[in-house]
Amino acid sequence: MIKLIAIREFKSLFLSPLAWAILTVTQIILCYQFLSQLESYMKVQSKLSTLENSPGITDLVVSPLLSGAAIILLLIVPLLTMRLISEEQKNQTITLLFSAPISMSQIILGKYFGVLGFLIILLIMIALMPLSLLFGTAIDLGQLAAALMGLFLVLASFAAAGIYMSTLTRHPAIAAVSNFGLLFFLWIINFAGMSTGSSANAQNAISLSYFSLLNHFEPLLRGVFSTTDIIYYLLFIALFLVLSVRRLEHLRLPH
Amino acid sequence: MGSELLIEVEQLSRHFSSSQSSDSLGYTTAVDDISFNLKRGEILGFLGPNGAGKSTTMKMLTGNLSPSHGSIKIAGIDLMDNPIEAKARIGYLPDTPPLYKELSVDEYLSYCARLNRITKPKLQQAINTTKERCGLVDYGKRIINNLSKGYQQRVGIAQAIIHAPDIVILDEPTVGLDPIQMIAIRKLIKELGESHSVMLSSHILPEIQMVCDNVQIINQGRLVFNASIEQLNQQMQTYSIRMSCQKPIDLQLISDLAEVESVHLVDNNDNSIMVNCSQSDSAQEQDPFIRLSQQLIAIAEQDQLGLYEIYPKKQSLEDVFMSLTQDNSVEQVGGNTH
Repeated sequence: MIKLIAIREFKSLFLSPLAWAILTVTQIILCYQFLSQLESYMKVQSKLSTLENSPGITDLVVSPLLSGAAIILLLIVPLLTMRLISEEQKNQTITLLFSAPISMSQIILGKYFGVLGFLIILLIMIALMPLSLLFGTAIDLGQLAAALMGLFLVLASFAAAGIYMSTLTRHPAIAAVSNFGLLFFLWIINFAGMSTGSSANAQNAISLSYFSLLNHFEPLLRGVFSTTDIIYYLLFIALFLVLSVRRLEHLRLPH
Repeated sequence: MGSELLIEVEQLSRHFSSSQSSDSLGYTTAVDDISFNLKRGEILGFLGPNGAGKSTTMKMLTGNLSPSHGSIKIAGIDLMDNPIEAKARIGYLPDTPPLYKELSVDEYLSYCARLNRITKPKLQQAINTTKERCGLVDYGKRIINNLSKGYQQRVGIAQAIIHAPDIVILDEPTVGLDPIQMIAIRKLIKELGESHSVMLSSHILPEIQMVCDNVQIINQGRLVFNASIEQLNQQMQTYSIRMSCQKPIDLQLISDLAEVESVHLVDNNDNSIMVNCSQSDSAQEQDPFIRLSQQLIAIAEQDQLGLYEIYPKKQSLEDVFMSLTQDNSVEQVGGNTH
């Protein structure tokens, strides 16, 4: 059943022009970023080669590209997830799922995996750019794999938060804005620590920045694979999926 | 099989919180203490004015709303304890058909069928049979959004019956259909009623009369009438005669007749009168109603009144409906047939 709903959701995404537009726009912007990064790398390449232990092309081109991708997708994933549940509520098609012999968690997981499928396609499209460097030079494939995995976890977390926001309202636009607000807040939360001087504040800021979504992405971009970071993302995803299921069950309750 | 209970509803209530509710409880009651049963092979009509709680009751029966109090059993399975098994036995058409408008009819029906546990090998057959039943055979490739309202409604019905559920619950199934489609859908409902149980709500009273075995009238969340269609027909039995003549009729003469309870002039222009027959024991050798009409004709002939119209004034379902829903103090009429 989960598979069925996921496939339906995945196909529905491509029935609307939104999915195509998102793929196109993301690709164009990232492509531009990739090319300009590559160009500046070419300029400094000769100087770098004289240095010992200098950063390679993976550090200077691939990591910035994927970290840029995370920020662009922070703006775009809310648009993908906004209509998951809210539109079904608005069009009252959710009745079809509520009346069918399936559980609430199957509905949420099905929808979630449908969106993940789309995000994987997006990820593959992005991965093609660094992989194209293989024609000309060697890149650190291990670091690339860690970074891609990190990006996937970040996107999966965005989507999990998005599906929860989508259960809260009947209006896709509100779901998108709230999700964007939440994700943006979780991104800038680590800025607080950077500017404060006093030690007490700094302590707070460090614990706050621990919750930052992108804070856990940076080690992976550098190729540092730490289970803490992975578990952070998995917990984040699980939390929002459980909240979504609870919310969906709550829709039917007397209130 | 004939007596198998498919729906058992006991003391079902549903409250909605509202700030402007009139009572001190802080909520409005949409459905108030409803109990009823539905057997296999029965068609139950659900009548009531707007906002009476018809849709709310149906939403609770299909697991779209959870009740505040009371219990619902679907084919012996408690809907609260085991919602998934219970839902597998229900097909539901809500007041707004739950259609994914960007899909084609075939795609949509196949999705609905798979959601309702129809296995892949049986899928195509289920879709074909359902399309045939709902008159959608030539519409499989069409996008639902491009279909007319009536055809969208048909797709909604198809969605509700595709997995051959024990119970089909239809919320105003004939809304937006043209008269020919209406007749087709009524026929379909009759057919469904032979093998399944059907519960439908409607505003169209003759439709309920035509299709259903049992009728329930709900008003302000309460069940005010619950009886079989025969009992309803009895309730609607006529005891009035309307008669029109060319010359004025002597009201005194008529009111002196033994069978007459009351008589009054309806229209001065065409000398129409309404005669109410007294309801005596039916044990008598001849129906007083027939006797009365014979006497009236005899009087008209004798006095050469120029009788040109005489007919029994039928009390329609509308009249019963109005008297039940407008008078809140009315007691429950007719017993539960089960």
